[in-house]
Amino acid sequence: MSDVSVAKVDREIVREKMTVSQTEVAIEIIGMNKWYADFHVLRDINLKVMKGERIVIAGPSGSGKSTLIRCINRLEEHQQGQIIVNGTELTSDLRRVDEVRREVGMVFQHFNLFPHLTILQNLTLAPIWVRGTPKAEAEETAMKYLNRVRIPEQALKFPGQLSGGQQQRVAIARSLCMNPEIMLFDEPTSALDPEMVKEVLEVMINLAEEGMTMLCVTHEMGFARQVANRVIFMDQGQIIEQNEPEAFFSNPQHERTKLFLSQILH
Amino acid sequence: MSDIAFVRSDMVPSKPAPGRTTGFAAWLKENLFASFGDTVLTLLAILFIAWIVPPLFGFLIGNAVPPGGTVEQCRVENVGACWAYIGSEIEFFIYGFYPMSEYWRPNIVFALLVLLGAPMLIPSVPYKVINAVAFFLVMPVVDTILLSGGMFGLREVPTEQWGGLLITLIISVVGISCSLPLGILLALGRQSKLPIVKTLCIAFIELVRAVPLITVLFMASIMLPLFMPQGTSVDKLMRALVGVTLFSAAYMAEVVRGGMQAIGRGQYEAASALGLGYWKSTAFIILPQALKHVIPGIVGNFISLLKDTSLVYIVGMKDLLEAVKTKNDAIEWASPTQSVTGYIFAAAVYWVMCFSISRYSRYWENRLNTGHKR
Repeated sequence: MSDVSVAKVDREIVREKMTVSQTEVAIEIIGMNKWYADFHVLRDINLKVMKGERIVIAGPSGSGKSTLIRCINRLEEHQQGQIIVNGTELTSDLRRVDEVRREVGMVFQHFNLFPHLTILQNLTLAPIWVRGTPKAEAEETAMKYLNRVRIPEQALKFPGQLSGGQQQRVAIARSLCMNPEIMLFDEPTSALDPEMVKEVLEVMINLAEEGMTMLCVTHEMGFARQVANRVIFMDQGQIIEQNEPEAFFSNPQHERTKLFLSQILH
Repeated sequence: MSDIAFVRSDMVPSKPAPGRTTGFAAWLKENLFASFGDTVLTLLAILFIAWIVPPLFGFLIGNAVPPGGTVEQCRVENVGACWAYIGSEIEFFIYGFYPMSEYWRPNIVFALLVLLGAPMLIPSVPYKVINAVAFFLVMPVVDTILLSGGMFGLREVPTEQWGGLLITLIISVVGISCSLPLGILLALGRQSKLPIVKTLCIAFIELVRAVPLITVLFMASIMLPLFMPQGTSVDKLMRALVGVTLFSAAYMAEVVRGGMQAIGRGQYEAASALGLGYWKSTAFIILPQALKHVIPGIVGNFISLLKDTSLVYIVGMKDLLEAVKTKNDAIEWASPTQSVTGYIFAAAVYWVMCFSISRYSRYWENRLNTGHKR
């Protein structure tokens, strides 16, 4: 199982295929602020993500990085400013929220698979009931993505019978079954045993090579170097620094960024 | 340093677990006579069984008068249970005052309940949707027409004449089938973000749970007619049905809410992130897990509902227990063990029904176990 992924993560990564569109905007965040009661969690966020970008968001815990990406599919509400995803602005209008959620996939730290459903049912539920895809077609798509994440043989098992890495790969496949334009990753490898991190990263790299627009909150700096076209560093609810990965890691500008990098890179 | 270095050269193969000591004697030794204390307890238990079983056997079987016996046999000194009394009154216990010539109508109702109910309960039987429509929509209509009569040339039988096991089963089945969905709606309402819905649900649940069932039954008898247009009267059975159902639904709501609280936020978020709306994520993700967590609580409610049906005598219905109580005073069977036998019979019927429900719920708990505790 792991020998395959180790071999593959160490392979040459084909960055040429990861093209960033010059014209098509995937996400635009303008002057966004968010509070939890009186606590100002996100401050004056401005961010424009072009189609095909792979952005890694890093920062100390409590810096607001998870909250930021959770605002993009409105798992969290923002109180000020604008968030426009795929041309749809997120407001309290539930129809628009559902419209955005259909097009934006999300992968969670703790997988959040549905434990009472088989893997196959986990993958087909949303396509069938949200998109109205016929069952046979949804299952065919599901098997295609299970093949892509290399666990087709687990289709009829329940999530509780799978390892953490397998569950996270199922979670990625579950999002892909909705055929999303954008994928959000909220610390996808933080809850995994070290041996299983690579198999999940490998799947994410494949996605990037297919041109998926990705926002990843992660502490995997190797992944950031290899895949991201932009690294964003956050602290105290604000974007402190952003740059191309090479420059970000070799020549950080802000004091806080330098401190952070010196703590995590050895 | 070198003396702590270690490299394994041969992997340890997996070996079978050490065999348990088997055989009857070993079992006895391990389970009954493991220590001095255990031995004493075992002997005491054996003595207790020896003391209680023979007289019980004598009363229930040995000295008992079997069905078909006469009342004179039941009046002998030191007689056991008077099953002859049960045998001769069994029709009253089942049908109450339902006219004897019309017994075939309740019999069809019982048959329908078994024929449509059993396949509902066995998961492997196909056509569940048709089955459910037949059970929950068609059967109540057919049963009502069949039992009440007054149309299709059937003689009219007012609900005052229905009684016994028939009434107990009607109230139980209707109460169980209606209180669970109603309870789920109340639980969802209580968790709702809409303030009016939420307040109404909380008010209903807390009000109903804070009063005894007898009060609810009285209120259903007295309050319901007040809401009805002048001149119409609400059937007594209907009042009891409404009262029992609402009462049970309030308890059910709290049990279901307990189950929903065990569902982590991640499940709601994952469902939302996939674009599932409130009703779809509730129906496919939250409720199936929540209900599974609280099967024991739900079934506990079913069982107490079934036994609480014996309280409807308070509004003048002759359910199974009340029918038995009525006949316990019947002079033609007056004998020393008449009423004890009657109560034993009633208890046995309730026990069979409740124990079946309990076993059935165990079956579902095991069936739904997907080996996932997260």
